[in-house]
Amino acid sequence: MDSAPASDDVYLRPSVQTAVKLLIVGHFAVGKTTFVGTLSEIRPLRTEEVMTEAGALVDDLAGMRDKTTTTVALDFGRLTLNDRLVLYLFGTPGQQRFTRLWQDMTQGALGALVLADTRRLSQSFEVMGVLEEHGLPYAVALNQFPGAAGHQLDEVREALDLLPETPLVRCDARDRVSSTRALISLVEYLLNRTGHLEHA
Amino acid sequence: MTSRRRPADRLVRSYVVTDGRAHPTRNTLDLVTLLIATDDLPLTGLNPEKRRLMELCRPGALSVAEVAGHLSLPVGVAKVLIADLMDSGHIVTRAPIPAARPTDARILQEVLDGLRARL
Repeated sequence: MDSAPASDDVYLRPSVQTAVKLLIVGHFAVGKTTFVGTLSEIRPLRTEEVMTEAGALVDDLAGMRDKTTTTVALDFGRLTLNDRLVLYLFGTPGQQRFTRLWQDMTQGALGALVLADTRRLSQSFEVMGVLEEHGLPYAVALNQFPGAAGHQLDEVREALDLLPETPLVRCDARDRVSSTRALISLVEYLLNRTGHLEHA
Repeated sequence: MTSRRRPADRLVRSYVVTDGRAHPTRNTLDLVTLLIATDDLPLTGLNPEKRRLMELCRPGALSVAEVAGHLSLPVGVAKVLIADLMDSGHIVTRAPIPAARPTDARILQEVLDGLRARL
């Protein structure tokens, strides 16, 4: 069994008072775990939830008890932003059917960064649909994969049918500065929505 | 990332750890609720999972999600244990619940400043 971690920086600074969370969402293998790992100050952690899939066997009249269950993994990391404030990033799978998970994840979240892959743009629709359903504002970051064609952002915006105000940026999930910039685009957008953006 | 990996060290079924309960005794625990262990209550009488949780939390503050991750417990199970330990006075939460309202411009500005400072 795991024993208590030895390293001191596993724990939060004693002065931290507030914790906030952002979701990093996207389809399978789009780079969520990489993105979280690049930015986290702690070794990224993983928790698992056993989900009963919504709608599974709803038309079964034989009274069978065994529902379909799936294990969903959440990867998450932490960034201490100042002495009082810590930010958690949760890499969250995008499947719509995990309704209860989405309720847990979106509750209290500031917003979401959708990671997208230009080779598989259509797979991002389900994720964006779930976020819209839960009323969670989001920005989209194109994770740059080697060998992917360099699409123009306005072509991608059109293909994804984004609202004009939804930020769309490129990022490299392996790169700390690039990933930080993607988060900054998201948070600027969130702040702009409140009408309080101070330009830096 | 989605995976079907099951932690090899989880020998006890979740419902045994929680005495068969699927829901915590309180509904205020978020993934990022910050937990502090009180150090003046004895751990006698706690089951092994709660004892591990207390031992994990005693050196410093951690979020609900981190506690679940370090103990290789599903978040739902960790919440049941944490709520029990709050009821018994072993654990207190630091941040007001919920920690921040998403519409709070001051919090967003602080997040933005903190991220910009990392560039």
